[in-house]
Amino acid sequence: MSRISDIVDRIKSGESSARSEVENALQRATSTDEYHALLSVTAERALERADAIDARIKNGEDVGRLAGVPFVAKDNFLAFGAPTTAASRMLEKFDAPLQATAVEKLEQQGAICIGKANLDAFAHGGSTENSAFGPTKNAFDQTKVAGGSSGGSAVVTALDVVSFALGTDTGGSIRQPASFNGVVGVKPTYGMVSRYGVVAMASSTDTIGCFTKDIADAELVMDIMSGRDVNDMTTLPDFFSPLDELKPGQKIGIIKESMTDAVDGEVQDKVNGYVEKLRAAGHTVDEVSLPIVKYALAMYYIIVPAEVSSNLARYDGIRYGHRAEGVQTLAELYGRTRDEGFVTENKRRIMIGSYVLSSGYFDAYYLQAQKARTLLIDAYEDLFKTYDVLLTPVAPTPAFGLGENTADPIKMYLADIMTVPPSLAGLPAISVPAGATSAGLPIGVQLIGQRRTDANLLALAKSVEGK
Amino acid sequence: MTVISRDDVQHLAQLSSLQLTDDELDSLQTDIGNILGYIEQLGELDTTGVEPTYQVTGLENVWRDDAVISTDVTREQMLALSTESANNQVKVPKVL
Repeated sequence: MSRISDIVDRIKSGESSARSEVENALQRATSTDEYHALLSVTAERALERADAIDARIKNGEDVGRLAGVPFVAKDNFLAFGAPTTAASRMLEKFDAPLQATAVEKLEQQGAICIGKANLDAFAHGGSTENSAFGPTKNAFDQTKVAGGSSGGSAVVTALDVVSFALGTDTGGSIRQPASFNGVVGVKPTYGMVSRYGVVAMASSTDTIGCFTKDIADAELVMDIMSGRDVNDMTTLPDFFSPLDELKPGQKIGIIKESMTDAVDGEVQDKVNGYVEKLRAAGHTVDEVSLPIVKYALAMYYIIVPAEVSSNLARYDGIRYGHRAEGVQTLAELYGRTRDEGFVTENKRRIMIGSYVLSSGYFDAYYLQAQKARTLLIDAYEDLFKTYDVLLTPVAPTPAFGLGENTADPIKMYLADIMTVPPSLAGLPAISVPAGATSAGLPIGVQLIGQRRTDANLLALAKSVEGK
Repeated sequence: MTVISRDDVQHLAQLSSLQLTDDELDSLQTDIGNILGYIEQLGELDTTGVEPTYQVTGLENVWRDDAVISTDVTREQMLALSTESANNQVKVPKVL
């Protein structure tokens, strides 16, 4: 297993080269093909970049903090070398004319994208089973789901294809698959990382983050990606910098509504085990209550479909993406293109969005949800007056079976019940490995912080890492 | 519980520019009915006098100069993304 710093050191010392690291990653990608974690491999461009980086290293140039380190981007990041499909028929042949700011920033530091990871089409889902190109299998048990929507990114990290991978998280799409595959997953404060060049889902909660093997690697990747971008007006001035030292004696609240009987017993055991580690490291952990959290999933499945219906209106078959053939009128072209280009879950969300935004229902659904969101944010603010960090499981269960929840959308949505609330409030939240079930399925703990305290969350996780 | 008729689903599909097949209409009628049934619980919450939140980090309007920002992307590249183009323009079926 290689961490980012191992790879950087190997290349620096001459023990390895960017080319051999890329070749190694490509070989791992091939040998783990059966998991269907990658939708494309960008071998040609990756090897060209590796040779260019090796030449610059030979010349004694400083190539950056990630010189020669291979990575994978979720296939909703615009990147060169392969189509950006968002795992949809709509964008199956879409060759991006530019790259996402996050990808550009990593490349400026010498990182090399070797492929694009599978996801639920347009990031709509919690299992990667909504991919138009077939599901990704769990890294620990091929009969189980990878989680989602960033399932492919989690699995390539867990299988050591690469040391880090990029994901997007709108309501849990990094944290939940990280939990299901035993890796670190970071969803930053809303606005910390530019979303320019990433396929939009729900603009008021979309965030960009990463999967890594350990916290130090996550700190490095987030440090490089964070900051203001003139191309994304919602980005905040750069506030993120990894902490050298954690303030001792952190006050942590475990949210009691997240530890009810509805949560799997083994998940509760592992979460309690993590709490004991925090206590042993000198932090205090109290039980706290956040009653409004029971309404968060309902808020989410009003607000997000509303934003989805708006963001996906652009896929009309005209300027880019799939266009239906053999149509006579423009209306028919729109209707047929969108029916063919979207998967069922995309259609569900677009239509729910159209419903909650339509006159007559707007106040009862959309406006009510945005008001409820204010109450949720206020309830978090109250807890953060006393506590530095809040803690919950990442998901109520370990990875479920492939096909187990596909017939029932509500059951699928419930897998996000722990991760959705911080998203609605724009809070940073990370998923940290906390052990495995008796059957060997990983379980994750979610740490949630006040906005802009991402560095503290990571430092806290680091203080108990490997203990 | 909101009851969603097949006509309602057809109407929503039209609002969403989705030309669905009959099978899709059937299954979406069930799913959308169930989802609306779930999200309706939000009506229980008293939100009298509460302001809605649309943006979570307190951002106000962000302005930039009204100037063209040049990019590396060319007109040819953009047109090439479309299925059909002619004379430097994207081609579409007859509108009228």
